[in-house]
Order: sequence, then C-alpha cells, then structure tokens
Amino acid sequence: MSGAANDVLVTGIGLISSLGEGLDAHWQALAVDGASPTAPETEKFKPFPVFPMVPLELDRQIPRRADQRQMETWQRLGTYTAGLALADAGLAGDLDRLARMDMVVAAGGGERDLAVDGQILEGLETAADPASFLNEHLANDLRPTLFLAQLSNLLAGNISIVHKVTGSSRTFMGEEIAGVSAVEVAARRIAAGQGDLFLVGAAYNAERKDMLLSLAMGRTLWQGAPKTVWQRGSAGEGGMITGSAGAFLVLESRAHAEARGRAAYAKLTGVLSGRSRRGPGEAAAVASRQFDELSRHFGGFTPAVLSGANGIAATTAEERALWEDLAADERVAGIRATQTLIGNAIEADFPIRVALAALAIGRRGFYLPTDDTGIERPAETPSKILATSWGFWRGEGMALVEAAG
Amino acid sequence: MGKTRDHLGRPVVAVTGMGVVSSLGQGVDDNWAALTAGKSGIHRITRFPTDHMRTTIAGTVDFLFPDEVRSPVLSERLARLAAEEAVSESGIGAPGDFPGMLFMAVPPVEIEWPARRDFFAGTDGATGDAYDRMIQSVLQLNDPDTYEFALYGCVADRIADHFGTRGAPIGLSTACASGASAIQLGVEAIRRGDTDAALVIGTDGSVRIEGLVRFSLLSALSTSNDDPEKASRPFSKDRDGFVMAEGAGALVLEDYDAARARGAKILGIVRGIAEKADDFHRTRSTPDGKPVIAAIRQALDDGGAAIEDVDYVNAHGTGTPENDKMEAMSLEAVFGERMKSLPISSNKSMIGHTLTAAGAIEAVFSLKTILSGVVPPTINYETPDPSIPLDVVPNVARSAPVSMVLSNSFGFGGQNACLLIAAEPA
Repeated sequence: MSGAANDVLVTGIGLISSLGEGLDAHWQALAVDGASPTAPETEKFKPFPVFPMVPLELDRQIPRRADQRQMETWQRLGTYTAGLALADAGLAGDLDRLARMDMVVAAGGGERDLAVDGQILEGLETAADPASFLNEHLANDLRPTLFLAQLSNLLAGNISIVHKVTGSSRTFMGEEIAGVSAVEVAARRIAAGQGDLFLVGAAYNAERKDMLLSLAMGRTLWQGAPKTVWQRGSAGEGGMITGSAGAFLVLESRAHAEARGRAAYAKLTGVLSGRSRRGPGEAAAVASRQFDELSRHFGGFTPAVLSGANGIAATTAEERALWEDLAADERVAGIRATQTLIGNAIEADFPIRVALAALAIGRRGFYLPTDDTGIERPAETPSKILATSWGFWRGEGMALVEAAG
Repeated sequence: MGKTRDHLGRPVVAVTGMGVVSSLGQGVDDNWAALTAGKSGIHRITRFPTDHMRTTIAGTVDFLFPDEVRSPVLSERLARLAAEEAVSESGIGAPGDFPGMLFMAVPPVEIEWPARRDFFAGTDGATGDAYDRMIQSVLQLNDPDTYEFALYGCVADRIADHFGTRGAPIGLSTACASGASAIQLGVEAIRRGDTDAALVIGTDGSVRIEGLVRFSLLSALSTSNDDPEKASRPFSKDRDGFVMAEGAGALVLEDYDAARARGAKILGIVRGIAEKADDFHRTRSTPDGKPVIAAIRQALDDGGAAIEDVDYVNAHGTGTPENDKMEAMSLEAVFGERMKSLPISSNKSMIGHTLTAAGAIEAVFSLKTILSGVVPPTINYETPDPSIPLDVVPNVARSAPVSMVLSNSFGFGGQNACLLIAAEPA
C-alpha cells in the first residue's frame, strides 16, 4: 500500500524513562515483561512516589561537558532524547538536513536552585528588612547562568546548539496539552506542505521538589504506595504519579522519507487537540468528538487504545467509562494506560504515547495489560492505535497511529 | 478559505483588529500619540524595593493594579485588554464567541517570592527541608487561583475562555521573539485553511525582583538609572543594555477574503514570515550574522518582496551593545547600499523591551506606521555609533509614506523571527 506524498510518517524515536533507554528497553518492559525493571522512588519525595529516570551516559548525546553544565536536568534529558531520535532517524550529523529541520518542543521549565531558595526562606524569617535581604541574596547567590537553565525555550536552544537543528524553533507551554499541540502543529504543517522534516517532543524531570510543590497545590498527586492508574482512579480523589521521561519524534513527509530511503515506524493519520472547562462529562464529550472524527479513518478495523488516564479520580473515571462503552460496542479493543508504569511526564506525556503507538505498529505487536480491574484485557495485535492525553488540569488530545504502508 | 492567493498560491492573511497596552498607556491611539511624540514610558521601579540592584528602572505597567499582583495575573489582564481592543475593532464574532483559534505568547510562570514566603511561613510543625515544608503547607491550602496561575497553561486558557476561541489554545515562548512567533503560528494556520481567523497575542507582565536579577546577572540591562527616560538608547554609541518592560499587543488575523466578505476594514497584510534558529550560543548570535541574515532573506522570499519594496525596518533594537551591532550588520548584508537610506527605528527606545510581548506590540506599531504615514523615532539618540551608519529616525518622528515594514524579533536560545507587514493590496 502506498500513500500520499504529504502523509506524516514517524521515522525516528527517542525515548527514555524509568523503563530504560531506547525502544528495546521499553518494548521489553511493556510488551514482554509487563513490568518495570525500576522500582518507583518512594522515599526521596515522600509523601509522593515518583518514577525515576534510569542512569544515562550523557556524554553519548551531549559530548561537551561545557554544554551539560549550561543545562538543568530537564534540558539534559530533552537534549539527550532529541539526539537519540535524530540518530534513530539516520539524521545525526546530517548538517544539510538538520539546518532546515523545524522543531516544536513542549516545555515547562523553571528548575530552581533549591538550596539557595531554602537559605533565603530561612533568612527571611529573621531578617530585619526582609525585602532588602531578599534582593541582596538573589543578587549574590543565584548562579548567573541558572536563568538559561530555567527558560522554557532553552531546551530547544540547547538542541540547536548540541545537535544543529536550525530550521524554525518553537516552544509550546501548557502542561500535557502543549505536547499535544506540538505534535499536532508539526503534523498539520507537514500535511499542508509547510515543512517536510520536524523534530517534536519534550522532556520532564519529575525528581524535583519545586515541581511537586506546584502540583501539590492542586492536590493532583497520589500519596503512598504506587498503584495502577485505574486503581488510583477509583480510590477516593485518586491522584497522579509523575515520572521522569523524555520523548522526541522525527516526523517526516512520506515524500521526504522516501527520497532519502528511510523506512517509517508508522503513519500519524490524525492528531487532535481540544479543551473543556472540565465540568462533569465535558472532557469525555471532547474525546468522544475526537474519536468520531478519527473513526472515519478506521476503515473497518478496530483500534487499540493507549490511554492517557492519569489516576486523578474524576477524569480517570470519565475516560474509563468512555472506553468501556466503546469496547462494549466492539469499537475499540485493547485498552492500556501507560502511566501505570511510566507515570505522568506532563509535557512529554503525549509524545511518549505517540512514540509507543508507533513502536507497537512498527513491531506488529502490542503491550501487555498491567492492571487487574477489568479494563485492560488481552488483545490481538492492532493495526491502528489511538493515543490520548488528558491534562491533569485542562486539555484533551487524541492521535491515530497506523501502519505506514 | 477564500480565493485570493499570494505569490505562492496561499491564502492572504489580513489584519482586521489590533490592540496594545504598554507603559505609555492603554489603547492604540494613546500609545501611538505618545510614541510619535517621542515620549518615554521608562521610570523608576516602585512595585518592589530595589535595594542592592544595579538596575532600578523599568517600563512597568502600573496603572492596572494598585498593588503588586502575581505576574500571570498582570499578564492575563494586559492580554485581555489588548485583545478586547483588537476584537472590538475587527468586529468579528460576538462577545465571548471568537470564531477562530488562539495563539498566545506568555512568559514562563513560576511560584513567586511572596507566595513562596507565605507557604514557608505556614509550616508550623512541618519537617524536612524548605521545599518539604512548603509542600506540607500547600497540601492544606485550598486556593485554586494560586494553583492555577502557577500552571504554564493557565493564562492562555483563561484568555481562550474569555474570548471563546476555538479548540485548545496554543501558549508559547520563544523568549524575546515570542510575540512574532505567535503571529507566525496564526499566519500558518490561516494559510493552511485550518481556521479563517486567529487571535494572536503577546503579553508580558513579569517585571519582578528575580527576573530583574536574572537579566542583570547576564549583564543585559541598562544601568543608566539616573535619568530613566534616557536609559534606553538603541543604536547609540553609549548604549548600555536594554530596559525591562511590560505590555501586550494583540492582532486579529483573518483570511483576506473572509474578512472582505463580512465587510471588515483591512488594516494591513502579514505578507511574509520567517524563522531561523542559531546554534552558536545560548545568548549570543553567530558572529557573522548568518542566521539573522537568513531569517531576513526568508521573510522577503516568503512575502515575494524585493529589497526595494521595504520602506521601513521596525528594529528589534534592544539597546544592548551586541544586538544592535548584529542587527545593523545583518541588515546591511541583506539590503546593501539601500540600508543607508532605509529608515529603521526602535520602539524600545520609548517603551523598553517588553520581552514576550515585544514582537506583537511592535507588529501593531508597524501597522500604525503604514496606516498613518508617520515613522516613530528612535529617541535618546545623541551619540551616533560610527559602526552603525543607519538612518535611525533620530529623536523625532517623521512623515513618510510606508507600505511595507520588516519587523525583527530575536531571542535567547537562538531565536530569530522576522515579519513582513504590508498595506492592503490596492
């Protein structure tokens, strides 16, 4: 089967998480073992469990130590993962193509110097003139280059510097939906001929108390022993477990990939973003419309689902009901909530799931159930996979991934 | 999608409404009057104490809130006011029902010091380090506003809610090129036919103590504190850095034919857009200017324009020694001899550097330049820099017919964005 010249193909994937580095490690954990090789971190960030990043040899993708020092952890994770994706697509060092490769990154940012913050907060309690004390210590104690390690768009900036990706460079902000929009805009631009080669993705460092502080304010986090997404979603208010991860995709028009002789993992047939105010049923209504819109591409096949449910009770129950209804009608088969083993990597959440969908399509297999509450059942190998991401606060996204043909 | 096509066969993107807020005031008319009178909005910072600061001046917007508020609260208000003006001028849709997408440049957010202090102060009996204690404190807190305004998606989502834009809003940051990036995303969406209209906004209300310290530590800020109105001196030999500032710019972009069909007044056209990332350094440009030169050339190509078609350059013109030199050199490389007689001016000499908002605000002023036939000046130009032999429209506005403007925006992280803004086709 051949497709259209402007089909959006996934030709490179970089993926790192608590499950390991690279596609084989993720396949082993999710499709072969159905279990993670890494225990969740349950002590360092008490009362919150966190999925930690596996150890990485940063030098392999960020060879200059001076570059590593100029970044904070999330930027290192992202720059590293972007390098993996480029290498996987056969583009590492291909300066001509990299110079016109467009980039869309989803980013938060703002990793702080926790020690400096702590010293200042303690000092402020006893300072005679707190405002003056704050000014003096910020001016003297902050590392001058820390700002650059905090700025949202400096993940993209570091990818340009380290990997020489120097077409356009855009950074979207807005938690999970930023990751959805990043993939969506790149796909729409390829489909419309506004570019034929994109690097898209995000990275998240969950092992930081400053980010946990923001999330704790909304009481979004699960406390205590880790449970599966669906178990958390039916326990009181539920809660999410965040996870360190990076996911970058090389998206390419079919014409561009064929011209350079690259095979693709999969085709990204549609990517949709949406929003609701999250009144009861509103998120499911958005997702239901997205399902209907994508269903015209199903062509008689029943898609599997990689769900972005995060364990927060209200939305997890809503998403569960949506998929269970569709499964009862045999309109979907094989539902998996990947945050059970990877956690929520916020901006990287959707890119991770699109990557996993493309991997499963490319390897003609699927992932094992990791939950025993009845929704994740054994499934045939799907030829089409829906990937969703529902933000812990706002934003609903869905993609359809299928064989590249 | 209508039938009118540009030189590459794409839909034409019109501007049908615009709005602005800056330290000079609220609304396009007030801003334009001040700008063409050569008035500065830069003043001493009163929002917070500036002890121990090397820089004590900024172009903050102080007339909206009597007391210090969280940055995203001010950013949201600035954006809303600018967008209300733009949407109202365009006459599109109905209140709370904007028939198009939202692309919005917003400053990165974080928990700020007043909140951090409150959290820490509320930690009686809590244990662990400062962050453990604050976490224990906020778990008892029930304050949706504090929580939501600490999320990166909050400001854009609230604007989407207020105006009833379609789909998920796109919030973005490309540092000091953000406003231009928002416009580019809107233009691309209309050219693709994804939407007939787009609300594009750049907003920045983030002048706070830590932000001031951050730019100061990078030696980016002017320290000419004695005479605030004279501190921002783009293209002058004695320029010593930029002045942080706040504001918002908003534009309603529409498919040209759709705008005509509903009888809208066309204010201008976004004719060309371009972007080229730099891989040289996190804060400095490639010394030979290649990425900036490429971005300018791409903007001309994208707009199907020759160098003779450009009548005025709305400069990035921050007033840092490096930016202005690099910008001038790159323009000379592209425009050659013509650059000697091509007027170029920096709005930042008057409103300061509005950071995330700059590209959008300066796009509004570029359109006003076309509509009014008046080129705003570069003020505080008293000591010319012999290495920048340009017509910077020194100190006094000038009447001149302008039908096409090149507007530049550059940012940390190697961001280079250029817009080509033109009068409505005759």
